Amino acid sequence: MSEPTATCEKKDTVPGRSFRIRIEKRLETPAWWNAVTPVISIALALLFGAIFLKLTGYSPITVYKIMFKDTFGTRYGITETLVKASPLLLSAVGVSMAFRMQLWNIGGEGQIYMGALAASWVALTFTGLPKYIMVPAMMIAAAAAGGIWAFLGSAPRAIWGVNEILTTLMLNYVAIFWVEYFVYGPWRDPTAFLFPLSPVFPKAAWLPTFGNTRIHWGLIFGIIAALGVGLLLSRTKWGYEIRVIGENPSAARYSGMNISRNIILVMLLSGAISGIAGMCEVSGIIHRLQAQVSTGYGYTAIIIAFLAKLHPIGIIIVSLLFGGLLVAGYSVQIYGIPADIATMLQGSLLFFVLGVEALAQYRIRVIRN
Amino acid sequence: MPQEDGNIVEMHGITKRFPGVLANENVTFCVRSGEIHALLGENGAGKSTLMNILSGLYKPDEGEIFVKGKRIQIGSPRHAIEAGIGMVHQHFRLVENFSVAENITLGMSTPRFLLDMAAIEDEVLALSKEYGLQLDPKAQIWQLSVGEQQRVEIVKMLYRRADVLILDEPTAVLTPQETRELFATLERMKETGRSIIFITHKLEEVMQVADRVTVLRAGRVAATADKTDVTSRQLASLMVGKEYSPTLPGKTALETAPVLTLSDVTAYGDRGTVALDGVSLEVKAGEILGIAGVAGNGQRELTEVITGLRKTTSGTISLLGQDITNRTPLEVINSGVSFVPEDRYGTGMAPNLSLVDNVILKSYRTRIMCKGPFINYDAARRQTQGLVEQFQVKCAGIYSRARLLSGGNAQKLLLGREISSDPKLLIAAYPTRGLDIGAAEAIRSILINQRNQGIAILLISEDLEELMRLSDRIAIMYEGKIMGTLDRDEWDIERIGLLMAGVRDVQHEEALT
Amino acid sequence: MTQTTFGFITAVLAAAVEAGTPILYAALGEILTERAGILNLSVEGTMLVGAVSGFLATVATGNLAAGILGAAIAGGIIAAIHAFLSVTLKVNQVVSGLSLSMFATGVSGYLGKPIIGVAAPVSFKSIPIPGLSKIPVLGPMFFNHNLLVYGSYVLVAFLWYFVYKTRPGLHMRSVGESPRTADSLGINVSFVQYTYTIIGGALSGIAGAYLSLAYAPSWIEQMTAGRGWIAIALVIFAVWNPLRAMIGAYLFGGIEALGFRIQVVGATISPIVLKMMPYIFTIAVLIITTARSASYKNEAPQALGVPYERE
Repeated sequence: MSEPTATCEKKDTVPGRSFRIRIEKRLETPAWWNAVTPVISIALALLFGAIFLKLTGYSPITVYKIMFKDTFGTRYGITETLVKASPLLLSAVGVSMAFRMQLWNIGGEGQIYMGALAASWVALTFTGLPKYIMVPAMMIAAAAAGGIWAFLGSAPRAIWGVNEILTTLMLNYVAIFWVEYFVYGPWRDPTAFLFPLSPVFPKAAWLPTFGNTRIHWGLIFGIIAALGVGLLLSRTKWGYEIRVIGENPSAARYSGMNISRNIILVMLLSGAISGIAGMCEVSGIIHRLQAQVSTGYGYTAIIIAFLAKLHPIGIIIVSLLFGGLLVAGYSVQIYGIPADIATMLQGSLLFFVLGVEALAQYRIRVIRN
Repeated sequence: MPQEDGNIVEMHGITKRFPGVLANENVTFCVRSGEIHALLGENGAGKSTLMNILSGLYKPDEGEIFVKGKRIQIGSPRHAIEAGIGMVHQHFRLVENFSVAENITLGMSTPRFLLDMAAIEDEVLALSKEYGLQLDPKAQIWQLSVGEQQRVEIVKMLYRRADVLILDEPTAVLTPQETRELFATLERMKETGRSIIFITHKLEEVMQVADRVTVLRAGRVAATADKTDVTSRQLASLMVGKEYSPTLPGKTALETAPVLTLSDVTAYGDRGTVALDGVSLEVKAGEILGIAGVAGNGQRELTEVITGLRKTTSGTISLLGQDITNRTPLEVINSGVSFVPEDRYGTGMAPNLSLVDNVILKSYRTRIMCKGPFINYDAARRQTQGLVEQFQVKCAGIYSRARLLSGGNAQKLLLGREISSDPKLLIAAYPTRGLDIGAAEAIRSILINQRNQGIAILLISEDLEELMRLSDRIAIMYEGKIMGTLDRDEWDIERIGLLMAGVRDVQHEEALT
Repeated sequence: MTQTTFGFITAVLAAAVEAGTPILYAALGEILTERAGILNLSVEGTMLVGAVSGFLATVATGNLAAGILGAAIAGGIIAAIHAFLSVTLKVNQVVSGLSLSMFATGVSGYLGKPIIGVAAPVSFKSIPIPGLSKIPVLGPMFFNHNLLVYGSYVLVAFLWYFVYKTRPGLHMRSVGESPRTADSLGINVSFVQYTYTIIGGALSGIAGAYLSLAYAPSWIEQMTAGRGWIAIALVIFAVWNPLRAMIGAYLFGGIEALGFRIQVVGATISPIVLKMMPYIFTIAVLIITTARSASYKNEAPQALGVPYERE
């Protein structure tokens, strides 16, 4: 890339040219960029997806039309978007808490599974409980299980400095196998033929829904969690500690904050919120435990958290958008297009945002001579 | 452009802008073959920027460079090296986990693929002997002292057959004796026809070693002259632009009870080697105890064991008679210790948070700063406003990010925060490092002021002049030991220098026995 | 009895090498990338793209070499995106790697839809090395495998030599240790980082192709099952040393192989619980490596994951 020798060059003077263009780094990105970034990024991601669709032999315009219409154009599409957005929202709030502290909790998926498992255990074991005890009990069990799972992933980091990306990720696989173990083994419903399903929960363990839709209370839990975490981070002493530790751990240590304790507390809460997401899936929608509780919600939540820059309101908006994308992905499947188009768009959206943001740090200046 | 005979390097009309700063403005700088040319100026005068341009790290916005009579574009360090220009940076460019020989061969283009380390080691050894720069080519960099690392840097440039050697503040990390050795090496290199550019802000060094000197002030050339034509006094006023009072008003320390007492404290460093070896010292109320020593001789670990950031392996630390050995940082803070750390952005602040969030870094737990579990941001705002006004911190508003503060303003805010908790003991590590003269003086007068109000201050600095101006007593550290503690009437630069180099004070010991 | 035990052990060891090889390829690639200071967490997704591309290229050409080439190119492209984001745009490498991994997983699912359940037209078959394969235990373990396994032996030896004994290797390590130093000596930091990130991605791609063209050999969605992440963990276990990566890969492969074979011998552990073993083992290994070993801290590239900017 670099020239092998020192080069000699004549001074390059173009007559009549009275200005030069320079690219330089800004000290501070102006606020309007933050508003423009998502728009440009979404446009670029759609363009990128269009090229990909075109190359693989589909008409991008037709596909996008179907995706949009089936998601935001029908009552079913809108309610399904909200249904899909609920676990995404909860889990994204959960992981975003950890990310605030630069703790890479990639274990949202596993925490969802463990939450679902614990909630199912309550529902299947204490069958006689009334709803007003059953639902809170399931929530507590799910939060505890998700929290403990996140704790298992982060304790090695807090104690020995082990890379938590890898430990939390490995535990995702383990959690999924535990759920499999129960639905194929001890909890298998003998009446479900050969399907790996638990028996249906008693009605008391069903999360209430809104009207005759499939939208359940999980959506409300998600919004409460987002706003609560937002308040916690911006206004409280604990939230302040989390922000300082996330920005500069040595400054936190220097000011007397206990980092290890905070790692564990934050991971417990982070996992608990994802655990509740898992409980809402089994209790709000399928009403029994099955081998696949989540279709990668825990991973999508990571992208959502980053896209929203960990901001609670942003997380709510992006969760809705991504819920819509998932629904859109399913809707195009009928036309033979793989639903993975949704995952691709989600992933590419994040790196377009990263790219546009990085570019926004520079500005072009015209210098007159 | 006029080309003068005998000039090996000519830089004409160099201008370099950084966002918000004009670092060099129309600078013309020429170096002759076989001379030692000092580049003199205060911190922030643009010396390093100019030399980073010559060594290819920065591209100038305007101006041209001639080397050996040929106009060249130096687009990268490789171009500079190929043109025979080598730079020893103030913060060494060495790979800690590599050996000396590996560092020296790094970046060379021959041999292209296979490395015969034994052959390279032999070459390095021969070269280091030729110039009297003793080195073990097999040693890992992290095992070497700072002085030895500097030798590696110099040999690295000789190995590349550099005709022009740029040294950026080379004496900042050396003892006075090591400095003398370095100057002898420079003389030897001059004799072989090499040119040396010597960046410094110390006048005595210019008078001692340079043939010619160029003074930079605020990015512009203030003057270029033969050393024999100028006096130190003239250079000083060229450099600063105005006279400043060299002494600070103070009062003699009272005989008071010790605030901080360390007895026989031992601790390990990050690499698991002994960093503090039986350290005993005392700081009394209303006095400044200066710690002199080449950086890396245990000063950082000393601050860390006192503030609870590092565990001791033996010995005791007490504050006003109360044992604080191996307490948590929080307990130490609560017992009245304030600390201005060495790395002000890396440790003392959270640069991406606002000034308000940085001001409450230690006080957010106190009664006035909270309402139950919530932080009282009204009180925080008032406190920040107060500090900004009291210490004249220039900022773009108290909700702007701390990293946008200049070094001097960041340090004022940090020091202000640390003082505002009414500490018993204030530890200040290199508080004026890298600051321009105005800010440095402001920081020094704040420290004197605090001392006069009866606070015990532990001041660590690598600037002996600063230490001798501010301290009531100076303790000298070498390889984790306190080599001696001297009162104002006992010290002189030679004596401190010997102790910094690990040479025991012979007369002193004889007097004792 | 002893005869069957002996046979069992031999079979497990041979299977360990077979199962460890994809992890080895990916780990070797990541060692190069991380040695140059770039943390690339997209290995899992990159392997999937490699698996699907290798399979598609082989179906299209009927040629296994084309399959490997296709997988390497596809892996290199994914890694090039990471290099652009982290070297040129200097974004957070963890975020970039994670999002890329998910994106690549999506791409693999999208491209692989039509070939689910299609058998590979050709696949890598075991080629016993005459003579050597007859040695007891060692023969079946090392010398009765397919070409990709043999290729990995050569690659390990070459990379070990390259990393520690050559100038480009020294320059690569210097960029990961101290890009500022490398830059000041005229080493082109961006170029080095791009190069090894892309080579690393290509090796991950080949690792994926091993799964779809030799190990399975077919395309199954999410067929990597965490092997990309295990490979990243293996890099830490191997303290960035290609030789240790080989040992580690066979250890992981052994755990996986044991899980399969232990049921055959009639053990009564649930097969699902056995499937958890590689993941739990990974966590255990990470804890042991990080907590105990001082060499881990000294060997880790000092500038790993930190974007380099000239001041």
